[in-house]
Amino acid sequence: MRVATLVLTLLLGMSAAHATIDIYPLESDADRQRFQVLTKELRCPKCQNQNIADSNAPIAQDMRDEVHRLLVDGNTDEQIVDAMIARFGEFVTYRPVFDRRTALLWLTPVLVLLIGMGVVIGLVVRSRAQASLPPRTLSLEERQRAEDLLK
Amino acid sequence: MRRVLLFTPLALVLILGVMLYNGIGKDPNRLESALIGKPVPYFELASLEDPGQILRNEVFEGKVVLLNVWGTWCPACRVEHPDLVWLAEEKGIPIIGLNYKDNRDEAIRWLQTLGDPYETNLFDPDGRLGFDLGVYGAPETFIVDRRGIIRYKHVGVVDERVWREELKPRIQAYEQEVY
Repeated sequence: MRVATLVLTLLLGMSAAHATIDIYPLESDADRQRFQVLTKELRCPKCQNQNIADSNAPIAQDMRDEVHRLLVDGNTDEQIVDAMIARFGEFVTYRPVFDRRTALLWLTPVLVLLIGMGVVIGLVVRSRAQASLPPRTLSLEERQRAEDLLK
Repeated sequence: MRRVLLFTPLALVLILGVMLYNGIGKDPNRLESALIGKPVPYFELASLEDPGQILRNEVFEGKVVLLNVWGTWCPACRVEHPDLVWLAEEKGIPIIGLNYKDNRDEAIRWLQTLGDPYETNLFDPDGRLGFDLGVYGAPETFIVDRRGIIRYKHVGVVDERVWREELKPRIQAYEQEVY
């Protein structure tokens, strides 16, 4: 059953991929590949949280057309993404550039990882330090007190 | 030291609280325009009313204007239309229309029945200038200063409140500017 679902999903995925290729004729497989990657990495400004490959919004349609046109005209991936950012802002790329505004966005995972590692290392060091101490025995007075308490 | 650590959850809650509180009321669908501070993109479009008349970027020179993106297919444009007429007639605000991805006859009929607040209307059936302006949902209204530079963009309906709070103070400030 699971295999059948997987096969079906793959087949459906393939037909969708072919559909995009048919509407946007491109010369080479490499260009087709680039077109797919670009439309997946560009975000639709109207229907947020969808990329322009998935969205049916008219603006996503326009953006796909423009990506196709720029690609056919021989622009690099970077030029195409820049052309979109110039119109719709940094928002449209799922991979924002690294600058002062986006520093927190990029660095938070690293920071969290470092804090987590710090905590783990701290815990390990502390438990080792405790384990290496000689087992503490009770002094005479303490033993006396314990016996009194237990009476 | 131990005791200070006990306050970490409280500190985290406070930080998160402030961050989330600031987000309340912010509309994530309103994106800042990438064109603020840039000139209106180059265009060559026919006038809506007169297909023979070609309009270029010069229409934006000499005064602070509103550039309103609209279409007869856009329900929210119908909502804001009376307010645009009010702005043009009562306040004397020059408004340039960008008729976006529309049908010429229907657009002209719309202006005849609902009133025409526009000084000029650019006819952009393919949405070329709209695309270059980063329009992602009509209605959108830009403020363009005397040099033809885009200074502000409002996404959504323009009403009396938007005029009073967002557009009017800015237009007045831009009119005072000396270049």
